[in-house]
This record gives sequence, structure tokens and C-alpha cells, in this order.
Amino acid sequence: MGAPASAAASPWRVVRAAVGVIIVMTASAFAGEIPRAERRSGYDLMGPQTRAMQDDDTANPAMLWVLEGEGLWNRKIGAAGSACADCHRDAGTTMKGVAARYPAFDTARGRPITLEQRINTCRVERQQVPALAYESPQLLSLTAFVARQSRGLPIDLPVDARTQPFLDAGRATFFRRQGQLDLSCSQCHDDHWGKELAGNVIPQAHPTGYPLYRLEWQSVGSLERRLRNCLVGIRAEPYEFGAPELVDLELYLMSRAAGMKMDAPAVRP
Amino acid sequence: MAGVLINVPERAKRGEIVEIKTLISHPMETGYRRDQSGARVERDIIRLFVCTYNGTEVFRAELHPAIAANPFIVFTTVATESGTLSFQWTGDNGFSVTESAPIAVD
Amino acid sequence: MGAHPSRREFLRTAGGIAAGLGLLSIAAVRPAGATPESMKDAIRRVVGDAPVTPGRVKLELPPLSENGNVVPLTVSVESPMTATDHVKAIHLFTELNPQSDVATFRLGPRAGRARVMTRIRLATTQTVVAIGELSDGSFWTDSAAVVVTLAACLEDP
Repeated sequence: MGAPASAAASPWRVVRAAVGVIIVMTASAFAGEIPRAERRSGYDLMGPQTRAMQDDDTANPAMLWVLEGEGLWNRKIGAAGSACADCHRDAGTTMKGVAARYPAFDTARGRPITLEQRINTCRVERQQVPALAYESPQLLSLTAFVARQSRGLPIDLPVDARTQPFLDAGRATFFRRQGQLDLSCSQCHDDHWGKELAGNVIPQAHPTGYPLYRLEWQSVGSLERRLRNCLVGIRAEPYEFGAPELVDLELYLMSRAAGMKMDAPAVRP
Repeated sequence: MAGVLINVPERAKRGEIVEIKTLISHPMETGYRRDQSGARVERDIIRLFVCTYNGTEVFRAELHPAIAANPFIVFTTVATESGTLSFQWTGDNGFSVTESAPIAVD
Repeated sequence: MGAHPSRREFLRTAGGIAAGLGLLSIAAVRPAGATPESMKDAIRRVVGDAPVTPGRVKLELPPLSENGNVVPLTVSVESPMTATDHVKAIHLFTELNPQSDVATFRLGPRAGRARVMTRIRLATTQTVVAIGELSDGSFWTDSAAVVVTLAACLEDP
């Protein structure tokens, strides 16, 4: 057995990669979108062991949340003692394709909302119980359970005159330089996907698998949690959970991934 | 959030080696982490996993903090007779979860 | 500091540049007291003075892990698993985690096959050691080296 290749053997490799990325970025004035035919899921860029973890429902840690979500779906709550199942019956049928078309326009609010926000709206207005906190185990479980029903289906967001302005706002955020590092999402995820950043491969940032089990979190988390991590990564102030900037960005990311198959609940590094 | 996923075949032939996959929800807090204020977060792990087959222990795992969160353990046992496979996880802070699954052996 | 610097050491040598960029996060855990010597002590607590022979054990780990929090591991031992010739236990150790012990799996002839899969945590790039304890009192071993990298884009700056 030879000496292991230590990550510390070449500390300058990491710095060089980081600096190299910065240098290239300042040179390019405008980043281009990924051609449709070249779009690849983060799944394809993962190692075989992580893919194996996702592929097996009996080994995928996210399935623990799906299981919990199924229990919550059937649980009667609130003064009226109603469960999701009372209105929505069998989720396998009624929730099929739902996660694949969120964020969706909410007439009452006059803007698109996420699946998490939709679940909370039902709870507050229909079941008469308080909303679940963002990233709470219960909200993650319910979202994971609903998203699971769209697995294998193509992302299919209807875009119309109502949602267009929000889509445009999300696209603007994606291309806008932000934070102390003055980086835009596009610079990493359109221009430098496939290359390594601090030991991880940069994905194209298609949200096909959310909510997902991120190995770094050792837990299931939402797309908003991941986006906030990105913002912290470029040293920008992360938007609050549920903020319009995050919802619009999610709308843009889902639209950018239109046609790609959902693989929720996924596993990612 | 309590949750257990057990994958065991419902039936097997006598003498067949069956693979059992177990996954349980648990943070496996190592006791080495520090929180935002710098205070050490106390250890909270599953320390022991035992599988019994019609009351006889057939597998045991003694776990330490280096086992990843939401412990995943896959092992095998010989299908000897029909009956019940019982699984118990115990750990810090009185953690104790027991689940069972039937197995039909021809 | 020796052949296997801790994560914190690695980040210091990588320079203030990288840390200032916020692309790397200082590890919350420093593997205090974790050395190849303490792993040898932990192994000795299990095997005593008995010799440990390389072979018969197969330890499978990814050479490059995507995240040190969750590293899939498979360990198997060649054995007929009969009443008179079987694997009694498989012990796992790490060199540089805060604690050397990882797990002990107790088997026996009812197992049919000596093969266990699990997921472990690795605090840093290091070697993992598996020791198979047989019914005849002999000990066998295999080891594997894993490179552990830090994730980009974390929760806290």
C-alpha cells in the first residue's frame, strides 16, 4: 500500500483553481447559457458511490424524509381534523407532476410561489394550522414526499404573461455579479461547470432533485437552503427563506431545466 | 424525526443467504463539533444495533461517532426457518428503537 | 506537522487568499489526539499481542470521497462461515479521526457470509484499517487510503 495522495500535498492547487477561476471571469464580459443539448444533471457529475446511494430507495437517506412525509400526508390535524389525504387522496396519483411545475403562479398573492409555500398555504387556509417553518423536518418531509411523486417526469413549467416578469427577474439575478467575490451564478454554472472548485465538481445547477440529501448537510434540505449556501460562498448576503429573489431564481432555474427529468429526492455531495 | 427503513426479503429458501439493509434516522452527533458560540455539542449517537432471528442474536454492530449520520448497515443472515427478524437500535440519551419483519422460509 | 496535516493545517498553508475568498471554510473540528499511534493502541486493545496478517480481508472505500461526512464502505472476509471456521468479528479503525474506533461488527456462522456495508465519517485524508477476527483466534487485515476534500459553498462563511 503506497502513501495516500494527501489533499494537503498540493495546497496551491486549490488556490490556483480559485484564482484561475477569478482571472478568467473578469475577462469575460457576458456569460452564455448552456445549449439545451449540453444540459446535464448534477447526477451525471457525481461519483459512482454517491449515484449508487441515490439509485437504491432502500439506501437513499432522503427516503427517510419521504417516509415521514407519507405519514404526515395521512395525519389528521387542526380543529377540523383534516389530513392532506382527505382532499388530495392518493398522492401517487394526484401529486404526479406537481413538483415538476413549481414554482407556480398563485392568484391570491399575484406572484409565483414554491411548493413549500403552497403546502403552507394549504395548512393555514384549508387545515387551519400554523405554517411550518422553512427547513423544518416536517416541511422537508412533506415536500420530499410530494416531489417524489414527480420522479422521472420532465420539468414542465408553464410560462405565461403572469409569470414572465418574475422569470425575467430570476434570470437577471442569475446573471448579476454579486457579493464580495463579484461573481454571478452564470459564471460558475454556465461557463465553468464540470471544472473543480475546492475539491467538488461544479454542476450546471439544475434543480431536478430537490429537496435532496446533501452529504455536506447530513440531512435533506431545500433548493433555497442550497442557494443561500451559494450566496454565502460568493460572500453575498443570503436572501431570507421565501424571499421573492429566491423564488424568482428558483423559477428561472426550473425554466432553464425545462424538459430535464426530475430525480427527487436526490443525493448530492 | 423517527424513521426506519428495513429491506429484507419476505420469503427465502431454507439455507439461502439473505441480505438485510437497514437505514435509521439519527444525527449521530459526534461530540466533537462546536456550535456558533464555540461551545461543544454533546455526543448523541446510536451505540448498538442488534438483529435477532426468532430470538437468537445473529448480528451485532457496536458503533462509534465515526459512523455517518442516519446509519446505514447492510449485513447477511442464513434463512433457517420462518419467523420474525427483530432489529433494535440503542444509544445515548435513552435512544431505543425496535422494529421487526416477518420472514417465510420454505 | 508530519505526513498527514489536519484540515486546519491544510487551510493555513493554502494561504489567507483562499480563506479570504470564503470558498473554503475552516473545519469546525481539529482531529485532536488522533494519530497513527493511537490507532495502533486501539488495535492492540482488540488483538492483544496476537499477530495481524495482511490478507483474507477486503476493505472497499472510494479512493476519493465526495464528502468526508458520508463515505460508503464495504468490508468482507473470506471464510466458509461454518460452526468451526467462521469470522467472529470485523473491527474498523481510522488513523486520523478524533477517535480511532469506527465500529465492530459481530458475526458468526448464522451470517452465512462475512460481508458488511456501512457509511463512515472521515475527518481528513487518511487510511482506514479493517481487522477480521476468526474463530480460530487469528487476526487478518486490509487497509485503504481515502482522499477527503472540502466542500465548496458551505452554510457558514
